[in-house]
Amino acid sequence: MYETTYRRPTSIDEAVKLLRESDGEGKLMSGGMTLIPTMKARLAMPSALIDLRHIEDLKGISFENGRLRIGGGTTHAETKASETVRQNAPTFSYLAGLIGDPAVRHMGTVGGAVANHDPAADYPAALLAMGATIHTNTREIAADDFFTGMFETALEENEIVTAVSFEPPQAAGWEKFRNPASRYAMAGVFVAKRADGTVGVGVTGAGNNGVFRWTAAEEALSSSFDASALDGLSISPDDMMGDMHGSAGYRANLVKVVTKRAVNAAKG
Amino acid sequence: MGVEGIGAKVLRKEDRRFITGMGRYTDDMSVPGMKYAAFVRSPHAHAKITSIDASAARDMPGVIDFLDGQQLKADGIGNIICGWQVNSKDGSPMKMGAYPALADGVVRYVGQPIGIVVADTRNQARDAADAVMIEYEELPVVVKGPDALKDGAPQLHPEAENNLCFDWEIGDEGATAKAFENPAKVIRLDILNNRLSPNPIEPRAALGHYNPAEDHYTCYTTSQNPHVARLVMSAFYNVAPEHKLRVIAPDVGGGFGAKIYIYPEEIVCLWASRRTLVPVKWTSDRTEAFLTDAHGRDHVSKVEMALDENHRITGLRVETIANLGAYMSLFSSATPTYLYATLLSGQYNIPAIYANVKAVYTNTAPVDAYRGAGRPEATYLIERTMETAARELGISPAEFRRINFIRSFPHQTPVIMNYDTGDFEACMEAGMRMADVAGFEERRTEAKSRGKLRGLGMSCYIEACGIAPSKAVGSLGAGVGLWESAEIRVNPVGTIEVLTGSHSHGQGHETTFAQVVSQRFGVPVENVQIVHGDTDKVQFGMGTYGSRSGAVGCSAIVKALDKVEAKAKKIGAHLLEADEGDIVIENGEVKVAGTDKKLAWHEVCLGAYTGHNLPDGMEPGLKEGAFYDPQNFTFPAGCYICEVEVDPDTGVTKIVQFIAADDFGNVINPMIVEGQVHGGLAQGIGQALLEGVNYDESGQLVTASYMDYAMPRAWDLPMFKVETLVTPCTTNPLGLKGCGEAGAIGAPPAVINAITDAIGNNDLTMPATPEKVWNAINAVA
Ligand SMILES: Cc1cc2nc3c(=O)[nH]c(=O)nc-3n(C[C@H](O)[C@H](O)[C@H](O)COP(=O)(O)OP(=O)(O)OC[C@H]3O[C@@H](n4cnc5c(N)ncnc54)[C@H](O)[C@@H]3O)c2cc1C
Repeated sequence: MYETTYRRPTSIDEAVKLLRESDGEGKLMSGGMTLIPTMKARLAMPSALIDLRHIEDLKGISFENGRLRIGGGTTHAETKASETVRQNAPTFSYLAGLIGDPAVRHMGTVGGAVANHDPAADYPAALLAMGATIHTNTREIAADDFFTGMFETALEENEIVTAVSFEPPQAAGWEKFRNPASRYAMAGVFVAKRADGTVGVGVTGAGNNGVFRWTAAEEALSSSFDASALDGLSISPDDMMGDMHGSAGYRANLVKVVTKRAVNAAKG
Repeated sequence: MGVEGIGAKVLRKEDRRFITGMGRYTDDMSVPGMKYAAFVRSPHAHAKITSIDASAARDMPGVIDFLDGQQLKADGIGNIICGWQVNSKDGSPMKMGAYPALADGVVRYVGQPIGIVVADTRNQARDAADAVMIEYEELPVVVKGPDALKDGAPQLHPEAENNLCFDWEIGDEGATAKAFENPAKVIRLDILNNRLSPNPIEPRAALGHYNPAEDHYTCYTTSQNPHVARLVMSAFYNVAPEHKLRVIAPDVGGGFGAKIYIYPEEIVCLWASRRTLVPVKWTSDRTEAFLTDAHGRDHVSKVEMALDENHRITGLRVETIANLGAYMSLFSSATPTYLYATLLSGQYNIPAIYANVKAVYTNTAPVDAYRGAGRPEATYLIERTMETAARELGISPAEFRRINFIRSFPHQTPVIMNYDTGDFEACMEAGMRMADVAGFEERRTEAKSRGKLRGLGMSCYIEACGIAPSKAVGSLGAGVGLWESAEIRVNPVGTIEVLTGSHSHGQGHETTFAQVVSQRFGVPVENVQIVHGDTDKVQFGMGTYGSRSGAVGCSAIVKALDKVEAKAKKIGAHLLEADEGDIVIENGEVKVAGTDKKLAWHEVCLGAYTGHNLPDGMEPGLKEGAFYDPQNFTFPAGCYICEVEVDPDTGVTKIVQFIAADDFGNVINPMIVEGQVHGGLAQGIGQALLEGVNYDESGQLVTASYMDYAMPRAWDLPMFKVETLVTPCTTNPLGLKGCGEAGAIGAPPAVINAITDAIGNNDLTMPATPEKVWNAINAVA
């Protein structure tokens, strides 16, 4: 790891100020579960580490006006355990409980996970499927506009994810086919039957440009919310990622199989 | 058995410190003035080094020095050697490519050390290592064994034409050819044995400390055999004379073979300490471990088995290409020859066997022994062929094995080994009973109703442990003898220290060895201390690998105990005024048989040390040593049965049942043995389903972290059902065979046989990843 300066702001404003002062060389740190390993591998050398874990405004889970709101600093373990999340969006709680391992879940945060947009991260699939909103210190961004490409988001410099919020779906299912080595998703599919009756299908781990919505499946499922609605569909390997763990063709098969299973899970 | 003697499930004495985080590993060691090393390593798989410029690095904060291969060479530090001479079939000696501890002008694998930076802190050393400017002229690269032999392949070493290190054979080629002249049936199979990374939880580390006042060196290192390390570093690498070099291998967090060898880093740390006059510590990070710890396996083989009309095997012919990596590691020549092809007879009576092994160089990390070392490769080849043959013959795999089992002992195979004892059918019957093989078809049908493909696979392995009679291995080219040493020091108060040349790095010696002593004198195990891993404390010994610590290490302890017992009896007889022959020692007492005359054990011990009343002419003290040279290998054998369910939609394999019926001879501690079996099975199943070192065509290691190298985890494994059967080994005093590697040796073919049975396609390689299995299903659908 390269040497760096550790900063501990207690407010969002202070964090932004510290970030500005670092002239683009500083980095926000939330759970550190992605950032610290990257630094240990000497692939990142931020001049300053601005620790968001002591900012009260980033914490907390609430349900107001029909929307569930989860603060950006909320750990996966907190999301998993929250009674509010369990009652309103049990599948989201279930998803949080399957991320990484216990150590990762007790450190990693929803804000860090969405800001990072790892192409195999779990939350983005759910947020896309449910049509969630990403809140930052300056604006609100629809999930559809937020995840712009692999490791890329609509976040601008000095912008901090403060929360995510969404209207709980009527029904949802999450299925994760794990990479045998990293245990991240090789195909993770979140199926959400939204409040308005339409269906969202968010896919992670498989696409060659990060998380995406499988719109053909959404249409089919919106007219018939049953796994058999997907029978005639297929997804093109051209849009899939291929690596030593699975070719694009294999991933294309997985997306379909896993989506069906997610539908079955949603139907309980 | 007593509650703490041989056969008792004594809890591991060493676990208190390990579980509470109080183990002391090499990286925990610290000496005054110690500095930190970072190695500059090759980013290329094959390249000429055209220039090295360390001027910027030297000027960086905290940097003490940068040293490279030219300085190493100028100081006369010798090249890394392979300690086992193997000759090609034409009689010519193996072609060892020069392997300097720091590269000398050419690099041949990614990660090969080029230079060392010594600095005040670890980070400063790393920063400076990154700042060393090296210019390379890249050379063409070859990574796969068979490709290395092709016309026009990139050439690695001037010493080895066509990248061929040796072209070795074993068995009777003519007699084997005869078996194929008129067979009732021939089974043919291509077999790949995947390359593995050993992954001990503790990465390698070394602390080299040169003391100018005494012109003496100390090396703390993660070694399975510190004495061998000292011998090789002094005799071959000229690091220091043996009497001026102390090697300490403290707690070692797993080895699996990878810590047998003497690597560049410990040599360079010692040498750098003399150069810089500061103690130098290096600890591998996980990426360095993937890049530079000796890998295992990597065989490509063709096998042919000839059968007669009664389904008896009449001949076996094997051709193997063994990938050695870029350089020869310490025992890299023995692993794919004498530890491999000598086991090709398996549990079966095969009259004629011929095997040819070509060992080749490639631009990959060196390959050497990894848990099982050669025997897993042999077992995988034989047991897949057995299962394939049974399927092609249309008889049950059990029946086919029954027809061919060796049933009388000793049995001389056509490939050197002489099996002393065993009962192969008993193991198979036990395994089949435990696995409820009779009920399998019903379970298969039930699984089908759930859309799952269920399969059953068997593996009847035999392996060779307790390496080995020194004379025999000497005649086969070993540069060392493979005996073991022990010293028993009885203290005046009756407590006992055992100094052993074996080394424990997970095996539980501190418990099992103490049990052997406890059994002999009836002293509690906590009164017995096992001392190992320090060349200043312990007499020369050969270390731990090849499941030899029970069969060889304990046998040396038994021999030394015999001498202690004899002397204690003489003293007891003298003190009790009885005949020596009437003295028995048990339950902590020295007694005259059939009387109530007795002394406490510690009274006799104290008597030995006061010397106030010893038999005339007897030396005081109670301390004896022994060297034990085994008469033969030992031959653990068993039957593993794996049952799987495959999901045809995704190709995912779930192991629903795994049975192990092992014959390890006598067992000292059944709990520790079971633990060894569990660990071995996990690694064997890891090889079958998950693990595989993967280099891309340019020789970059794709699997350089746990993001890409798939280790088995608890949820990949079923609850194992294990049993042991006993046919005591006939060639050592305790009748022990060894259990440390069996799981890793026997498991892979059981798993693959089960999957191929489930999916109805025998064309499948390890690791059987979901994608491969899915493709194999679709290929026959
Ligand atoms: C072993 C392991 C297994 C894992 N398995 C999974 C898995 O199965 N599924 C999964 O989804 N994830 C997995 N992860 C990733 C984990 O969920 C991380 O927690 C997550 O990706 C990053 O969150 P973090 O809070 O740790 O962010 P950090 O590592 O602190 O930061 C990540 C990036 O986001 C930026 N950032 C952090 N917070 C904010 C913010 N509030 N606003 C703007 N930018 C910010 C940082 O500057 C950095 O660039 C795994 C991680 C590990 C180490």
